[in-house]
Amino acid sequence: MNKDLLLYEKSRPGHRTLRLGKLDVPEADLSLLPEGSQRVTPPTLPEIGELDLIRHYVLLSKKNVSIADSFYPLGSCTMKYNPVTNEHIVTWPGFADIHPEMDAGRVQGALRIMKTLSDGLAAITGLPGVTLHPAAGAQGELAALLVAHKHFHKTGQDGRTKVLIPDSAHGTNPASAMIAGFEAVEIKSGSDGLVDLADLESKLGDDTAVLMITNPSTLGLFETNIARISELVHGAGGLVYMDGANLNAIMGVARPADFGVDMMHINLHKTFSTPHGGGGPGAGPICVTDELTTYLPSPRVVEEEDGLSLDYDSPDSIGMLRGWPGNFGVLARAYAYLRRLGAEGVKRVAENAVLNANYIRVKLNDAYHVPYDRMCMHEFVCNNKKQKEFGIHALDVAKRLIDLGYHPMTIYFPLVVSEAMMIEPTETESKHTLDAFIEDMLLIAEEAKTDPDKLHAAPVTRSIGRLDEGRAVRDPQLRWTCRKG
Amino acid sequence: MPFIQNSDDDRAEMLAAIGVTTVDELFEQIPEELRYRSRLPIDDGLSEDELRAELAELASWNTTMDSGSFLGAGLYRHFIPTVVDSLQQRHEFVTAYTPYQPEASQGTLTAFFEFQTMVAELLGMEIANASMYDGCSAATEAVIMAANMVRNRNTVVVSRGAHPYTRRTLETYLKWTGIEIVEAPLDEKGRTNFDGLVDDKTCAVLVQNPNTLGVIEDIEAVATEAKANGAVSVCSAYPMSLGVLKSPGEAGFDIAVGDGQCLGTPIAYGGPGWGLFACAQKDVRRMPGRIVGETVDGEGRRGFALTFQTREQHIRRAKATSNICTNNALIALRGAIYMAAAGADGIKEVAMHSMAKAQYAAKAIAELPGFELAYPESGFFNEFLVRCPRPAKEVNKAIDRAGLLGGLDIARWYPELGEDGLLLAFTEMNTRAQIDRLISTLSHIAAAQPVA
Repeated sequence: MNKDLLLYEKSRPGHRTLRLGKLDVPEADLSLLPEGSQRVTPPTLPEIGELDLIRHYVLLSKKNVSIADSFYPLGSCTMKYNPVTNEHIVTWPGFADIHPEMDAGRVQGALRIMKTLSDGLAAITGLPGVTLHPAAGAQGELAALLVAHKHFHKTGQDGRTKVLIPDSAHGTNPASAMIAGFEAVEIKSGSDGLVDLADLESKLGDDTAVLMITNPSTLGLFETNIARISELVHGAGGLVYMDGANLNAIMGVARPADFGVDMMHINLHKTFSTPHGGGGPGAGPICVTDELTTYLPSPRVVEEEDGLSLDYDSPDSIGMLRGWPGNFGVLARAYAYLRRLGAEGVKRVAENAVLNANYIRVKLNDAYHVPYDRMCMHEFVCNNKKQKEFGIHALDVAKRLIDLGYHPMTIYFPLVVSEAMMIEPTETESKHTLDAFIEDMLLIAEEAKTDPDKLHAAPVTRSIGRLDEGRAVRDPQLRWTCRKG
Repeated sequence: MPFIQNSDDDRAEMLAAIGVTTVDELFEQIPEELRYRSRLPIDDGLSEDELRAELAELASWNTTMDSGSFLGAGLYRHFIPTVVDSLQQRHEFVTAYTPYQPEASQGTLTAFFEFQTMVAELLGMEIANASMYDGCSAATEAVIMAANMVRNRNTVVVSRGAHPYTRRTLETYLKWTGIEIVEAPLDEKGRTNFDGLVDDKTCAVLVQNPNTLGVIEDIEAVATEAKANGAVSVCSAYPMSLGVLKSPGEAGFDIAVGDGQCLGTPIAYGGPGWGLFACAQKDVRRMPGRIVGETVDGEGRRGFALTFQTREQHIRRAKATSNICTNNALIALRGAIYMAAAGADGIKEVAMHSMAKAQYAAKAIAELPGFELAYPESGFFNEFLVRCPRPAKEVNKAIDRAGLLGGLDIARWYPELGEDGLLLAFTEMNTRAQIDRLISTLSHIAAAQPVA
């Protein structure tokens, strides 16, 4: 039996899963629709019964590698355990079956969750102004840059047009800067992997709007000079934005506000354990200083004498970035996570994340080249320098890891390290899992010397081998079509 | 400590391997003056049972919609077959991430290849991407894409009938782009009047169908008008209505978008949902978001991978077509499962039932003294605006007292329409008994003396 058929290839006329009960009112009168407004050609959708539908998606699910079945050290993504109870809670009707246009008095539970989560994020970052509105980290970045743009506009500083971004930053940073109406300017990393202060200083000036800095950086290094960096940016009249993708390393241990950070986003789907879902949904709250709070996106949760409500009409707000208050289901999961942790737990998360990363680093730094081989934060970057002579690339190591039962680390990012392999274990992994991973990484390093073809051929244990990704661009097939049926 | 498995002994061994004695030494990179040495002002942690008790309490503070709700306004309470929850909740889908490693992600990739096909089919378009955040952001990204497709044009004509949150999102995103928004007003029949607004400066025209007042627009005319003026046409459609109503593709639109919540996802206080995004294959390089394509491995076996990644921020950085990275994949997967469960016949059935309930209610309400349909000559799908003899706010309170959830007081979004407009939505989930109770409640208002 071919288990690799697509839904469309399993489709059989007349099969169907969803059938409604008997209509209890007269049938719809199509003649009441305006002339020419009806659909002529129905969509071609699969026709499939319930059992076949279940089998199809269960088979598909088995073709994924996930945290639930494998160690997933995907750097920069914080693939920690996603508590199952949180997945369950959000399906309760009290959270799933409520509408954002209902009167505030009917949704005080939802609003309380949002308020308490906001307060928690403010405590962790030290930045008092919080919005939970952005749908993901990239939208949080954009929101913050729009806040900055509005702030400069309101204060007569329209000449501030440049956003400075270190070369190790996520690609979303420059992309968001463009949409927010700024020009992105790259700042070099120094030989220590940190922001090159001289390069930064040379680029600061009257036209500086914002410095976007990821701290800890995507190299897993804490920007030791962060206070000085903030001082320089503030001295030039700019604002400091922190990309909070790596907050997991420092929460409870250090507060971004104390670094001089004015604005930051937090990826709830990284630090706060909400699942990644094969690419989302996330949530990208931003936290800002008191001064900037007035510009935050709408709506925001506000507390008044008669309870909590949503304010859609704050006059200085940059406006909305999406429909409705936010990804409430994600926010509720993050709330649940934060309530489980408590103040003590938040700090333990950071400590154990950093401990796990350093443990792997010291165990691998003989077999693999670690360009910045010093104490790291929650992740570290190594590369193929020691395997290159055998013709082994980062991609080969990654693909071999798949055969050994792992999801690979992040590869070829950050761009400042050639053939980067970025490993982030997170705090939820146990020592014995890390030991097994270390052993397998050492095995791969050995195989690179003795049997490089094995690495080049990998993976061989999945439903498919390495794909011709070039062909997907040269001859794009972006949907199923009948001719293949 | 919740979710941390290592014991103190494990930690001691690991610290020794690293060559330090305390956890604190691991943070040596952070200057002491930047360390936070106080206790965070956050409550103590809870056990799982304590957490569930607390959340059950908070959930009980919310009023659910199951007693009978007539609130839609962009989010619709359609039936969700159990298979949707059951399959979406599989750990292998929930706890994977973006499928950058295709051999380890064929489940997600295959599901999204099928998803793209189903979305394109539903909208009547050639191709679709692997989803956006929601309908508002999809419409906004469509306008930005349109602006990049035509040169030297800097206005976008947007129907006032487009969802207010779509228009507000668009304003936020376009604020610093130099693209100007021109609003096309609604006429006395509740339809958008684009007359004289689309010209050689227009890069895009955006219309929503049905519009926020529930009125079915003449979308074909909008697409034709845009085309005649060299502008890109964008249609935001209510996906469920496409079981009955003309698709954006049939009407000739260049880009079609929509909000996917109605296809198998609970309203959940407005998110997470997902957005549909479709266009012509020739425009794929300008499309935002992730796209899955078919290819083969070394042995010629069919497989799927993310493709056209050079459009995206992680490669193209400042020149990307959008800044989107993480999208709403898991919720879009719900949409895929729903569309497969329903099939074309199922979507049509749901659409027909929803429309039947709305028509049943509209007929009865129009007969009540003092009540009338705001746009009796215009067609509607499952939602319509009613003029009430009293302010909509008060009417809603009476509906509340009857144990139902009323509609949207339209003055909140369209103050020019006055205080007596109530927007009521119906789906297959509304029983005849609920609708009869609504009508009976309204009839009491009709009979009552107006308050001076």
